[in-house]
Amino acid sequence: MKSMTEIELSEFELYVKTNMKRAYFSALGFVGTHDDAMEISQRAFINAYKHFDKFDSSRNFFTWYYKILKNLCLNFLRDSKSRKEVSFIEFEDELTAENQSDQFERKEQVTILEAALSRLSTNDREIIILKEFQNFSYKEIAETLEIPIGSVMSKLFYARKKLSEILKELQ
Amino acid sequence: MKERFVELTEKYVEEVISPEEENELMSIINTRVEYKIEFEDQKRIKEALKKMKLKNPSEEVWDSYWIKIYNRIERGFAWIIISIGFVILAGYAAIQFVEELLKDTKTPEIVKLGSAALIVGLLILLFSILREKFFAGKSDKYKEIQR
Repeated sequence: MKSMTEIELSEFELYVKTNMKRAYFSALGFVGTHDDAMEISQRAFINAYKHFDKFDSSRNFFTWYYKILKNLCLNFLRDSKSRKEVSFIEFEDELTAENQSDQFERKEQVTILEAALSRLSTNDREIIILKEFQNFSYKEIAETLEIPIGSVMSKLFYARKKLSEILKELQ
Repeated sequence: MKERFVELTEKYVEEVISPEEENELMSIINTRVEYKIEFEDQKRIKEALKKMKLKNPSEEVWDSYWIKIYNRIERGFAWIIISIGFVILAGYAAIQFVEELLKDTKTPEIVKLGSAALIVGLLILLFSILREKFFAGKSDKYKEIQR
């Protein structure tokens, strides 16, 4: 581990605080549970700190960090024999007194979507999470995944298509 | 044509399509029924996803996020210092022990030989572990990332 200087730590703290939410949500998209996403995103930051000397500060921190995070998530998925995803998606709008009766239907929609997402390949699921749930721009996705913007658009199209096919099967 | 259809549909669902491109898309859709079906599917799935979000943990979780990382980094650093201290003290104790053992004329030669072998073995083991850690640290674990 590098020597823990105050300057280095405070610089790193800033990177953590700026990127912690997108780090957590990216991990959540892969592993599907709050506890695992929290643990993996934090462990990825600790690993990033250990290798902080390899980070080129002229580049985007999240792009560099994301590689570490993704690697940990993939290792976790490979090593977890019996994965238990708990509900990690919800509706954007809150239930109001008027639409309380929709509660059951909404819950079912969430369950079906989560089941469909879990049946997607890791790559399809990753790009759907980045675009649809984290609202990354095409440019941000292209930088994070290190692929051209055209490929981002095409991958998104086919990931949505796949998701649509799975949803049709499940409904 | 398929590539153009994909690009324009993507722009349409993301609401970044120009009027000219939208006209082009509509004319492509009208050429083939399967394009129309795919286009409707994309719109429907986009609408469904728009209504959903990932569950956001409570504010307390974010408030303590950094401090948990800091504590773990600090503890990692503490363990390194503890390990260095242990190695120094264990090394000193081993040297003292060997010196005393060699000076002691009453200790049988076989015990001296056994003790020497044990200490040399432990030193080789320690050296091997340190060398492995050193080379593992030098190689970048994140060089080969699955994309």
